[in-house]
Amino acid sequence: MCGIAGLIHRGKSSNVGTELQQMLQALKHRGPDSTGYALYAENDGQNFIMRFKVGENVGEGSTSVNEDASVYDQRKKVVDRMLVDLGAEIVKEDKLTPYSFRYEMKYEKDLMEFSKKIESIESVEILSIGKSLELIKDLGDAKVVSDRYELDKVHGTHAIGHARMATESGVDIKSAHPFWGYPFSDVSVVHNGQLTNYWNNRRALENKGMRFMSECDSELIAVYLAEKMRNGATLEEGMRDSLTGLDGVFTYFVATKDSLGMAKDTMAAKPLVLYESDELVAMGSEEIAIRSILPQEIDTYDPFDGEVKVWQI
Amino acid sequence: MANLKPSEKKTKAQSMGLHTEVLTGKTQQKFFNPDEAENFYYFGTHDVDFNKRTEIDVKEMDCKEANRKIDELMSEGYGTIVVKNPQGKHSLGVGILNKLNLIFEGSLGYFGCGSMDGPIVRINGRVGWSCAENMMAGKVVIEKNAGSCFGAAIRGGDLICKGSVGARTGIDQKGGTIIVGGDAGAFTGFMMQRGRIIILGDVGINLGDSMYDGTIFIGGKIGSYGSDAIEAELTDSDIGWLKRKLKVAEIGDNFDVSKMTKVVAGKKLWNYDALEPTEKKGAI
Repeated sequence: MCGIAGLIHRGKSSNVGTELQQMLQALKHRGPDSTGYALYAENDGQNFIMRFKVGENVGEGSTSVNEDASVYDQRKKVVDRMLVDLGAEIVKEDKLTPYSFRYEMKYEKDLMEFSKKIESIESVEILSIGKSLELIKDLGDAKVVSDRYELDKVHGTHAIGHARMATESGVDIKSAHPFWGYPFSDVSVVHNGQLTNYWNNRRALENKGMRFMSECDSELIAVYLAEKMRNGATLEEGMRDSLTGLDGVFTYFVATKDSLGMAKDTMAAKPLVLYESDELVAMGSEEIAIRSILPQEIDTYDPFDGEVKVWQI
Repeated sequence: MANLKPSEKKTKAQSMGLHTEVLTGKTQQKFFNPDEAENFYYFGTHDVDFNKRTEIDVKEMDCKEANRKIDELMSEGYGTIVVKNPQGKHSLGVGILNKLNLIFEGSLGYFGCGSMDGPIVRINGRVGWSCAENMMAGKVVIEKNAGSCFGAAIRGGDLICKGSVGARTGIDQKGGTIIVGGDAGAFTGFMMQRGRIIILGDVGINLGDSMYDGTIFIGGKIGSYGSDAIEAELTDSDIGWLKRKLKVAEIGDNFDVSKMTKVVAGKKLWNYDALEPTEKKGAI
């Protein structure tokens, strides 16, 4: 089933970490397997933030193969050596869990080549690269993940998130949402639904040099949009194209450094409730997600079939 | 009960050894005879007094607690109940089978007022997916917008949304009337079987897709017609009925119903009219 939520403050910052946690916790019944956050934080914009994992969270019902934690440290050392070889300068590093890390770094060259090299290391996956994007995903509900990564401290302008019920692939971090719009910095996607032309699209995109890290159909949306943008399309153009290029039922959100967008398939088979004002846009799979941050009486509506909307901060 | 008698002519299934009997006659047992009404008990109903009014705040309740509280108040004879702070909770006001004035001060989530038979409900907010699903009788008025599958499978009553509604409004509708003051999404009247839908605004693609019967009236633009749906002539009788219905529903003041588009099923199913007269009466 899955639940998705997103919000964007227009013209100001807010405690988006806490707000999104409340929205996703209200949708816990739609997806208890894993929770993911893409938070667009108030960083100084000077350095890239790279969040990556060197293994899976093998506890808490994961379907991943159990590994000895010592391999995580070995992989992290290989990543560090690779970063030096690539000419990246690490400004700050944080070990968040035994398997996930957050690096601030200076890097001036091509992100696609950079990502390919880093991800050539066994079991290493870059969750996100961006100057404001902080992408966090792990097993557990919204509160558990937020507490584990101290997301209540994150202030920013906008955010999207996902509460996942695993149906198409395993219960693990690599299949959890959001997906980074590799190789574009600061692009993330969450999705509720099923895509039925996943393999056809995947083969075509892989032939064009795009990368997939999971077998989760939702990852296709991120890769699909990234490939469109690589060829010069705007985010909104890519999203409109996806209404016919992607087959199946879907409601998805995309976020970039300064915008937030939603798209709904032409069958309108997946739910979405939207609240829109001059100061704030909040949306989620169910109204209770919006009510968790806006308890007062407000006007909400369901976007129609085939609708695409994009908002700027 | 169904009559069973030995088969004289073998069907394909019988030749495959699947069964040895054929069904004849009606297959539904008759449960209720109107002449014996005094012996009939509608389980889960209460005698209420509309003049006995009360309010409850459900902010801190989950949907089960809130519904139990409504049932408890009805059992005490309250006929007018105001529910405060529903805050988008799912499945509120479901399964009410007696007369009642029920007022929600706020918005409901999914499946609000489902499977009800008789109450008059006013919702001073929005409703989520599948509002009033399987409603048998009564009236539900929504002051703002509604989600998808609005009035799914209703069999009777009036369901009125003063704002806009999502996709698949009136899916599998078997009777009653759905009235929408604003626009409606794709697949409005999808697999509709009986009853009427009135949309004063625009509708999305595939209007009336796979509809068996029933009538849809559209005031605005139509995205596209679905399979089996065709335009029909709007008669004086239709216009009179639309005017009366909108007036009673207190919606669409001064709306020119004579310019509405009437949509019906273009394909007649081979045995769809093979209903008993009493069944037809109940279905329309």
